[in-house]
Amino acid sequence: MFDSLQDRFGTLFRNLTGKGKISESNVRDAMKEVRTALLEADVHFDVVNQFVSDVTQKALGTEVLASVEPGQQMIKIVYDELCNLMGTAAEDSGSAARIMFVEPGPTIIMMCGLQGSGKTTTCGKLALYLKSKGKNPLLVAADLQRPAAIDQLHTLGQQTEVPVYSERENKNPVQVCRNAVDFAKKNGRDVIILDTAGRLHIDEVLMAELRAVNLQVHPHQIFLVVDAMVGQDAVNSAKAFNQQLELDGVILTKFDSDTRGGAALSVKTITGKPIKFIGVGEKLPDLEEFHPERIAQRMLGMGDILTLVEKAQAEFDETKALKLQEKMAKAQFTLDDFLEQMRTVRKMGPLKQLMGLLPGIGSALKDIELPEAELDKTEAIISSMNRKEREDPDIMDGSRRRRIAKGSGVQVEDVSRLIKGFSAARDMAKKMSGLSMGSRMKMAQAMSSMDMSKLGAGSAGLPSFGGGGQQKQSKLSPEQKRKLRQKRLRGK
Amino acid sequence: MAFDFLKKALTKTTGALAASVDKLKTGLTKTRDVFVGGLKSLLRGRKLDQQLLDELEQRLITSDLGVKATLKIMEDLNAAWHAGKITSGDEVLDFLKAEMKGYWPVETRALKFASSGPTVILVTGINGAGKTTSIAKLGQYLKGQGKTVMVAACDTFRAAAVEQLSIWAQRIDVQIVKHQMGSDPAAVAFDACDAALARNIDVLIVDTAGRLHTQEHLMRELSKIRKVIDKRIPGAPHEVLLVLDATTGQNAIRQAEEFLKAVQVSGIFLAKLDGTAKGGIVIAIRHQLGLPVKFVGIGETPEDIEPFDPEVFVEALFAEEESQPRSP
Ligand SMILES: Nc1nc2c(ncn2[C@@H]2O[C@H](COP(=O)(O)OP(=O)(O)OP(=O)(O)O)[C@@H](O)[C@H]2O)c(=O)[nH]1
Ligand SMILES: Nc1nc2c(ncn2[C@@H]2O[C@H](COP(=O)(O)OP(=O)(O)O)[C@@H](O)[C@H]2O)c(=O)[nH]1
Ligand SMILES: [Mg+2]
Ligand SMILES: [Mg+2]
Repeated sequence: MFDSLQDRFGTLFRNLTGKGKISESNVRDAMKEVRTALLEADVHFDVVNQFVSDVTQKALGTEVLASVEPGQQMIKIVYDELCNLMGTAAEDSGSAARIMFVEPGPTIIMMCGLQGSGKTTTCGKLALYLKSKGKNPLLVAADLQRPAAIDQLHTLGQQTEVPVYSERENKNPVQVCRNAVDFAKKNGRDVIILDTAGRLHIDEVLMAELRAVNLQVHPHQIFLVVDAMVGQDAVNSAKAFNQQLELDGVILTKFDSDTRGGAALSVKTITGKPIKFIGVGEKLPDLEEFHPERIAQRMLGMGDILTLVEKAQAEFDETKALKLQEKMAKAQFTLDDFLEQMRTVRKMGPLKQLMGLLPGIGSALKDIELPEAELDKTEAIISSMNRKEREDPDIMDGSRRRRIAKGSGVQVEDVSRLIKGFSAARDMAKKMSGLSMGSRMKMAQAMSSMDMSKLGAGSAGLPSFGGGGQQKQSKLSPEQKRKLRQKRLRGK
Repeated sequence: MAFDFLKKALTKTTGALAASVDKLKTGLTKTRDVFVGGLKSLLRGRKLDQQLLDELEQRLITSDLGVKATLKIMEDLNAAWHAGKITSGDEVLDFLKAEMKGYWPVETRALKFASSGPTVILVTGINGAGKTTSIAKLGQYLKGQGKTVMVAACDTFRAAAVEQLSIWAQRIDVQIVKHQMGSDPAAVAFDACDAALARNIDVLIVDTAGRLHTQEHLMRELSKIRKVIDKRIPGAPHEVLLVLDATTGQNAIRQAEEFLKAVQVSGIFLAKLDGTAKGGIVIAIRHQLGLPVKFVGIGETPEDIEPFDPEVFVEALFAEEESQPRSP
């Protein structure tokens, strides 16, 4: 989608470079493309129309910068506006703002939403999150509708080692919640998480029940749990829940799918309430704080390429980069290109960070450790090759390999591994260029099952898009390793 | 007759049936608004003009058909309009009903049964779509047709999934085959096939864990379940149903694509059609992948199931709700 959006923008604005202002008809044509992109991303029809007319106003008369392509500038305007709408900087800063705690406690949090949206799982995730913040949460089983809902919550309670309050014989969720508050007070639990039954927003009886919990138990915060894959109907349900309960925030689940997640914009626009967290997997640690820019990029289908474009421009000669990309696509690129690429890229930030910025690859690679030390070695090896060898690594025989190994102070195996890795990366790069996001994701998954260090630094050839990023780089913690193992195990 | 499912859906969602008389009153208000004096429709009784076509296009988009499918239908309509074949909203309805009946001919909507021995229905879908509940509905429906039914608890992953299915099995009074949580789902499927053969069961319905179509290893796990079933009962599963949540947006196309690849989905169970979502994505899926819809889910009890009827579906697409005034 990004590629096509960018292509189409490119054509639309081609004749415009250096010609002063973006014209009205340019903007209108471009906004037609944006409209389609947003509708395909499941942003609600009315929300799209509003957005398009707002952005059109903003874009009209914008000075065209000499240094940037107007098409990209236009994308940037759209993108900035999306970010703006989805969350302000204040909402986005630090975890303090995610959940508000009251003194004296206990702080009561109520989860609500449609059937199957992910409420119960998110309760478990939140309990774990709160524990890690030094809180003593209590889970409350207030879903008395769905078969085995109480058991489900108890299982999550065991997994998180958080107590669960439930009354198996009681059919009145309002009472259960009230009793749970007393229980929490007596037992020193400082945060209460109420797991309510899923319900349709037009189910008057069940909605009345939620209002009753609200009136009698006074939750300090009410979160609406929304499936990120939801379509146009998101506005109807979000509106009703917000009207009847005055939501404090929204949690989007199942963001580990490949949805474009336009619901985020719909729900935010219709409720005006901040999106607090996103769920990114079925496991309990799979909860992340929400960052508007990531979702905005995803909605436009562009990974984190925007920041890449910005940052890369400082480091990269754009025409050179383009050439390189072409070469990669044709698998013509050489170890020389590779070296240069690697150096430029390393100037801009750690490799893992860069890989994470590629559309569809970020999440698949987030648990993989990339070997920076290997890269040093790689640089040394390539530097010891002569021109011919760099142009065509296939000519590399035993004696050449030995010479290079000696020259760069590494083992012969290291040289062989690099060459093999390079060839693999080159092929991969060729396949990757011109692939859809879904296929890239698959590719990245395939890669993640490879041993990256065996690849040498081969994968460094991929970030032909350049640029730094805002994700923090970190080594795998024991927790992350465990997660990774679990992920693999689940496949058995 | 055609509105039975719609009416039922609306009555159900009010939750009124189970509630006390007081609640019944409030609950029914909505239903009454919609049905007294006939169902309000965006199309009925209106002249076909550009204004109506614009409203129609908007309705198709907000029903999750997506841009492509919407454009295709609008093209067809425009062509028919310009050729003078349709001139009123009612004719538009008839036109679309005919078109949808063409998309989903009767024979494609019926369940396929084994010519002899147990029929196996494998039920798949992403997390929370409504698989387990839909199995209870299917079980009830098939029992109503005089068949003996067994369910297999192959979701061994999600917390309390086995308990959930066990409760349903007990409520609708069918047999269940289950293992420990965390055990191999393919092994459960195999045992269930064995049991179904041994006990002369007519229909075995296999529940599976919800999984995102992007999780390759889990999709492989699903393919394996399918293979194991086929191995034990050659030719099975006879139906592979993909349960789609009617509120799902464009991502449903990706879901259908991947599940189709992994387990050769034979039809869609469109769940949660009792909400305000119209489930229009199945039209886009029909355009792109040719998949039929076989059933719709319209509530949370085992009775809340209806065979899919394209005409009712079209009627519901354009049904107006009191709370959603027609936009100018
Ligand atoms: N209103 C309504 N709710 C439904 C329908 N079908 C299922 N549900 C509800 O949706 C929720 C999820 O349903 P499940 O049957 O557990 O879904 P599942 O796909 O098996 O879920 P996982 O196994 O967790 O992936 C439950 O609360 C069901 O009661 C339907 O047709 N209408
Ligand atoms: N992949 C994925 N699955 C999720 C996520 N959150 C919840 N689920 C799954 O979605 C299904 C429904 O979740 P549940 O918590 O039972 O929903 P509830 O009915 O709203 O309480 C379960 O299969 C969960 O494992 C998520 O962020 N990612
Ligand atoms: Mg629940
Ligand atoms: Mg289930």
